[in-house]
Amino acid sequence: MPRQQRLDVSEVGDVTVVHFRDQRIIEDLGIQEMGQELFRLVEEEGRKKLILNFSSVGFLSSAALGKLITLDKKVKAKGGVLKLCSIKPEIYEVFAITRLDRLFSIKKDESEALADF
Amino acid sequence: MCEEPWVWQREWVVPSRSGAGSPVLEELLAQLEQKNWGQHDLFGIHLATEEALVNAIRHGNGLDEQKHVRVACSLAPDLVRIEVADEGQGFDPGAIPDPTDPENLDAPTGRGIMLMRSFMTRVDYNATGNRVVMEKQRHSPSSVEQAGLS
Repeated sequence: MPRQQRLDVSEVGDVTVVHFRDQRIIEDLGIQEMGQELFRLVEEEGRKKLILNFSSVGFLSSAALGKLITLDKKVKAKGGVLKLCSIKPEIYEVFAITRLDRLFSIKKDESEALADF
Repeated sequence: MCEEPWVWQREWVVPSRSGAGSPVLEELLAQLEQKNWGQHDLFGIHLATEEALVNAIRHGNGLDEQKHVRVACSLAPDLVRIEVADEGQGFDPGAIPDPTDPENLDAPTGRGIMLMRSFMTRVDYNATGNRVVMEKQRHSPSSVEQAGLS
């Protein structure tokens, strides 16, 4: 399995939980790598239940949102489920402004996200 | 319009390379922090400036390092003005589809300008569409922030 540079990946039962290593998901190369690592979890490793835990993330740009949207499409295409959790208020505001809070399943914290599967 | 009492002004010319705008952001945010702007203002200014820089470098100048992006920042006690100009052909910001329309909701791009307009007080493009001027009026600490609940 290729080493993850941008993500910390763990399993809770049959659910894959992803934490982000970067506090700011902003730099172009970082976003590309983050996207590739996320896509690999779905396309190569066949993971179908994913939680993205944003507890360490203090900033992200619209380019990062684009990667999350593409990931959501890939997960759905495989018949999987993606949930987001532990999003800081400022970042949640970005999701709300862009109405992406309607596209994604967003939970307060990881335990709530796990319980929702 | 009377001119603002600027307390700090700075200009940069950066190459059209991914990440080339980082020093601009670092210096601008350091100035704002030094002058005790609130965290919510800082977040919004950071996001809007990042989006404007990426638009100029990637979409305006097409990552052509022979082309440059000019950035000018001016800071008054209660106002920040940020101008970002590229050497591209420009675009019509009014022609960008509304990313919150249900049919566009899952499009992976097209949210940058909306975020700039949401977090800044004013966002104006020139007629060509290759220069944007953004202003942010400083917010007083909200009652939530004052109560330490934010």
